Amino acid sequence: MRWLREHLVALVGGVVLVYLFVPIFLVVLMSFNDPATRNVYKFDGFTFDNWLHPCADPAMCDSLALSVEIGLLATLVATVIGTLAAFALVRWDFAGRSQSNLLIFLPMAAPEIVMGSSLLTLFVQGGFAGQLGFMTIFIAHVMFCLSFVIVTVRSRLAGMDDTLEQAASDLYATPAQTFWRVTFPLVLPGIFGAALLSFSLSFDDFIITNLNSGSEVTFPMYVWGVARVGLPMQVNVVGTLMLVVSLVIVLSGEINARRRARALT
Amino acid sequence: MADAGRRRGLTAYLLMAPAVVWLGLFFVIPFYSLVAASLYDPGGSDKNGWDMTYHLANYWTAIENYWQPLVRSLLYGLAATLICLVLGYVLAYTIAFKAGRWKSLMLVLVIVPFFTSFLVRTLSWQLILADDGWVVDTLQFLHVLGSDDKLLATDFAVVMGLSYNFLPFMVLPLFASIDKIDPRLIEASSDLYSNPFVGFFKVTWPLSLPGVVSGTLLTFIPAAGDYINAELLGNADTTVIGKVIQLQATTANHPHIAAALSMMLMFLIVAMVLVYVRRVGTEELL
Amino acid sequence: MSSPAETVQPEDPARAAPTTTSYDGLRIRNLHKSFGSFHAVTDLDLDVPRGSFFALLGPSGCGKTTTLRMVAGLETPTSGTITLAGQDITHAKPYRRPVNTVFQSYALFPHLDIFENVAFGLRRRKTGNVEAKVKDMLELVELEAQARKRPAQLSGGQQQRVALARALINEPEVLLLDEPLGALDLKLRRSMQIEIKRIQTEVGLTFIHVTHDQEEAMTMADTVAVMNAGVIEQMGTPAELYENPESTFVANFLGQSNLVEGTVTGTSGDVVSVDMHGIGVSIPAHRAHTREGKGWIGIRPEKVLIGEAGAQLDAPGETIPGGIVTDVSFIGVSTQYLVKMPWGQEIQVFAQNTGRDQIFRSGDSVELSWRPQYAFLLDHAQDVRAGAEEAS
Repeated sequence: MRWLREHLVALVGGVVLVYLFVPIFLVVLMSFNDPATRNVYKFDGFTFDNWLHPCADPAMCDSLALSVEIGLLATLVATVIGTLAAFALVRWDFAGRSQSNLLIFLPMAAPEIVMGSSLLTLFVQGGFAGQLGFMTIFIAHVMFCLSFVIVTVRSRLAGMDDTLEQAASDLYATPAQTFWRVTFPLVLPGIFGAALLSFSLSFDDFIITNLNSGSEVTFPMYVWGVARVGLPMQVNVVGTLMLVVSLVIVLSGEINARRRARALT
Repeated sequence: MADAGRRRGLTAYLLMAPAVVWLGLFFVIPFYSLVAASLYDPGGSDKNGWDMTYHLANYWTAIENYWQPLVRSLLYGLAATLICLVLGYVLAYTIAFKAGRWKSLMLVLVIVPFFTSFLVRTLSWQLILADDGWVVDTLQFLHVLGSDDKLLATDFAVVMGLSYNFLPFMVLPLFASIDKIDPRLIEASSDLYSNPFVGFFKVTWPLSLPGVVSGTLLTFIPAAGDYINAELLGNADTTVIGKVIQLQATTANHPHIAAALSMMLMFLIVAMVLVYVRRVGTEELL
Repeated sequence: MSSPAETVQPEDPARAAPTTTSYDGLRIRNLHKSFGSFHAVTDLDLDVPRGSFFALLGPSGCGKTTTLRMVAGLETPTSGTITLAGQDITHAKPYRRPVNTVFQSYALFPHLDIFENVAFGLRRRKTGNVEAKVKDMLELVELEAQARKRPAQLSGGQQQRVALARALINEPEVLLLDEPLGALDLKLRRSMQIEIKRIQTEVGLTFIHVTHDQEEAMTMADTVAVMNAGVIEQMGTPAELYENPESTFVANFLGQSNLVEGTVTGTSGDVVSVDMHGIGVSIPAHRAHTREGKGWIGIRPEKVLIGEAGAQLDAPGETIPGGIVTDVSFIGVSTQYLVKMPWGQEIQVFAQNTGRDQIFRSGDSVELSWRPQYAFLLDHAQDVRAGAEEAS
């Protein structure tokens, strides 16, 4: 009883963590599911089929390709212009700095449906109603990824000890050399993290994309579409793959950091 | 520290320009488009075009027809936020103080589900809460649920889904705040207050408040606007405003209603946030 | 010792050969630094001889770090000049000055290993023979085994030595040390003080060491400048400063002083006579920094002799009777007394525990005296408490 009281918080915490992973576990499980009927979503039998034939529904793989393409492109653009802005916000003093901070914060807090519908309204009013598609999706994705990139890089940059740059200058490094040899390497993990975050936000977006995609179908849109009529289990294969890839990336970063700390002691 | 070394100059504007232009064009201006669209004359259509006649009555039409989904969305958002607050606080507290060397690993574990597709993991909840599923069966066995009751396609399922999906948004800011608390303060509070609950509310809770505020805002706002959970886990009666706006904007072809509803949703959320923030007294959201 | 002149960009003015008639050390003239309305450094004049170990001593906020940063180029003076070996470097960028800094927080580059940290300056200047030079320098600071580790894996003391090595390896004209030992524990600090002094003697470079620790300054430096509120109060050898302070600040900041009010009664030859609460006291003229009116008679606690009331003390001077012991602290090496004098002031007396003299107790009546050559006289207009609290 006493043990329970002392460890109550930790126990509940552990339970919550487990709760977080149950649906994920189910995604993995269902990727091996052999469904009896198309319409009913439940576990019927075990099979490797889904993994062996991931593109059984070609529409799914098409949507995947589109999501990846947009994700990469949007990530590239958002990371670059977001990093530039983050530098300006941390290292420069300029009129409009606090207003800029507000502007950057707002998209993170606005409901997606409002951002999506307003963007659609803009496109329609601008006469692009017939051209909704790749471009408009791309524009929308960069828009909502920017804030996250800026906030991530900014916090990494602000947390950097600026004495290091003074030390570099003291040791004969010109401003350019100081930037490339000291500042940039130290901010890079933040930029990398921002890029990862941006890609996952873009890949996973549904509400805003759905309103501005025209006839294009991204992966989340595909899933939404088939959820009503019958979900192919390959969708869970994709879900599992996403999980595995992100676990690998994140855990390898962790292991790397721990290994470096332990290796040469 | 970083403040003292700030530079001045035009470079700053060059660096900011792309981001500011992008956000200005595709976040700020659309807002004005929305305002304009909400005042369209309802008599227009996509084929013939829409006239701007400052038709304020659109707002009344929208509320008249759709106040229920609007209120429902806000209630769902509130319920989910509350659940997230409780679960999230416990989790954040555990990771901050009880995790020891597993701290960063546990944080990772909180974020990782977030990297699976939102839709796919929401569909998992369909499985969990299915009528003939394990969970329902057990609850019926324990007589928590009647034999005719279901979990799926109910308000409960929608709120469960929302809480699940937005939990990381609550946990991370909470953790950031709680982690900063000096553990010695908590020790001191258990010294001073014999009842741990009192100690919690006098010491730990106030210190974690900035995280609570950020967390609740980052959870409530998107949850109130979400319709994925309501559609996948609810039924025809659990329509939320997000779905209405989506339909009005596309299938029904009423951009003016969609815009009016969006505006109202946004104002309501902003109003609630302002009241909340003022009550809590914290301006530090960032 | 080779000057860095050959190894840096030829167009750099700081590297050109100095003229023969100019001062070959660091010369600061009329240096001012203001941050808005706050004057951090006011009209500073300083000459640091080449090859000397110079300490800039003062409490926090006195402007010593600001001065150091201006010498390093990390801060721009509001006005004034800084010349090094005849060249005006007042406005030169830090990366164009033959000056290197050891930072208070060490500022080691966390993403580079120790070798690359130390090699950083050499690489930026494209100096040859990097491997050999780094190896030699690491040997000098006894860190060869740690060459491939990251700064985070090193202890505080080791990091400090890396910071030193990283700066030294560039053989600067002046090496600046900004309170480098502040983060170390006492024992380590002591050994590092000796270490740094040894290295300085060995390489013969000019070191400027900024610190608030007066013991550190006095132990390590050839010359000490005491700074207070943006100005230099006094400059000289540690002994000069300690034995003959010219202001109450210096008297209180370095060690401790008893300062007693008195009025100058006259000067004759090389002795100044002062009336101290009815007792006549003589002060050697070169130790009297005010010649008329009221003054502060200063005497260090360890110079005060204490004896039983009535007993004759070994001092060809004044005996100050009527003291009552109010506090006794046995420190081991010495016994520290507080003696209340008839005019109400408590005088501090440090008596070395040689074993010969008795140890007094609280309440005992005693007499004090001192040899006049140890007393000094300060301007009464100065704050008698100046420098007292800050002494570490």
